Amino acid sequence: MNLDTGKNAIIRLFNVTKHYGGKPALHNVSLDIEPGEFVFISGPSGAGKSTLLKVLYLAETVSAGQILIDGMNLSRISPARLPFLRRRFGMVFQDFKLIPTLTVFDNVALALEVAGKKPSFIRKKVMHVLRVTGMEKKAHMLPPTLSGGEQQRVAVARAVAGDPDIILADEPTGSLDQASARRVLEILLAYHKKGGTILVASHHLQQLQTVVTGRSIVLEKGRLISATRLEPYAL
Amino acid sequence: MIRYFYKALADIRSNRFLNLITMVTISLSILMVSLCLLFFENLGRIMDGWNQEGRAMVYLVPEFSTEMRPELASAITQMDGVVQITFVSKDRALARLKNQMAGSTRFLDTLEENPLPHAFEIRIQTQNGFEPVAAVVRQIESLDLVESVEYGQKWLARMLDLFQLFRLTGYVMCALFLLIAFFITASTVRLVFHSRQSEVEIMRLVGATDRFIKMPFYVTGLIQGAVGGILGLLILFAAYLAVWSGISQSMGDLFHLDVRFLSVAAMGGIWVVSTFLGWFGCYLSLRQLLK
Repeated sequence: MNLDTGKNAIIRLFNVTKHYGGKPALHNVSLDIEPGEFVFISGPSGAGKSTLLKVLYLAETVSAGQILIDGMNLSRISPARLPFLRRRFGMVFQDFKLIPTLTVFDNVALALEVAGKKPSFIRKKVMHVLRVTGMEKKAHMLPPTLSGGEQQRVAVARAVAGDPDIILADEPTGSLDQASARRVLEILLAYHKKGGTILVASHHLQQLQTVVTGRSIVLEKGRLISATRLEPYAL
Repeated sequence: MIRYFYKALADIRSNRFLNLITMVTISLSILMVSLCLLFFENLGRIMDGWNQEGRAMVYLVPEFSTEMRPELASAITQMDGVVQITFVSKDRALARLKNQMAGSTRFLDTLEENPLPHAFEIRIQTQNGFEPVAAVVRQIESLDLVESVEYGQKWLARMLDLFQLFRLTGYVMCALFLLIAFFITASTVRLVFHSRQSEVEIMRLVGATDRFIKMPFYVTGLIQGAVGGILGLLILFAAYLAVWSGISQSMGDLFHLDVRFLSVAAMGGIWVVSTFLGWFGCYLSLRQLLK
């Protein structure tokens, strides 16, 4: 792989391999993602979609190869710097990963609190993203009292609250009905239109590609088998 | 910091039972520790009082005559720690004896001569406990005109040794109680931490540093220690008022004991130790858990 190509890429993967107990989850994956790109990662179960996202935010370390995030080599990042790397990502998961004992407001505020933002700024920003995601009126409710779609909108609100460079979404619409899924994608799309880089791993490529122009990456048994540009349909 | 404080209060509310158990355990341990301190502080003061003001009777040889009195009195007065000296002639001693024995003095009237010796009653005061008193007594005993010296502190020396042993045992017990409080705090933190494992994972995913995760636990530990300490001291104070008012009412006429509650400095010390204990339990647990 020529290291000079894709110099402006915000994410660069060089021959990334990840094994789980000898079984490869990713095999020699090389990839450049430009700032502001919307990348769909698809493939069957066990193809390595989630693993690809996990190695990006260092929930897993690679077995071989290298990853650069905005020029920063992840293999050289110290544990003390890891939280600062993660603040550059907004993350959305299929199971939402909201703290059930915190209100919607506090869950979203968490992304800003960890970054040491002032309470007045946090209040303003959280109410703004809750307004954008349509969750403003439920700010003081606890996640378990919300529907799946609402919980995912809170998770997306948390992901965008810190104005991250990159949003990583792992099956963000996997457990949602069609209307809720569409609402979540609209929010991600709005973020993308403002210049955000988004990586979405999903089975439901058909549903996603109706929304936005982007790149589709297909993984199979841990190998990257195709990368094609998608043409959107009208929403 | 205020944010961490509110977070800690919210954590205490959401884990009420565990936190309550910890605070009660700390308060009981602090109660035992402060009870020991209260006991030893008072006993020590009472014994110091006895030590520092010794009374002795200096019995003189039969050859002593009242003309020798000024010279001997002056020699004794010049000794360190002797603050008062009173001559008790043999006649006065007999009269005192008769007075003390009240109705049963008839046999004393049958005495042909007074068998009692002349004596000096002396008061010795020192700042450094028992040993200087004993030294003065030995010095007086070595004088030619002195037959013997009697003072009530010989038994006190033995009691002092016993007291020191007792005090040492008490301190070991205090350390044990504090250790128990420490282990309970550390275990509670572990339980709370495990119950919030997924929450901690989510915090890490959104970029929380270890410090951000640990701080609410530390503040919780400090609150547990501080509240536990205050509770323990309050329980002891209530018990002290109840027990001491009972004792002073029923036995106050018989003898006077200068019993006081713990000094402000001691209470402050206990409270600081208790608060530190709450924090330290958290600190060690989290250091292990967040490795």
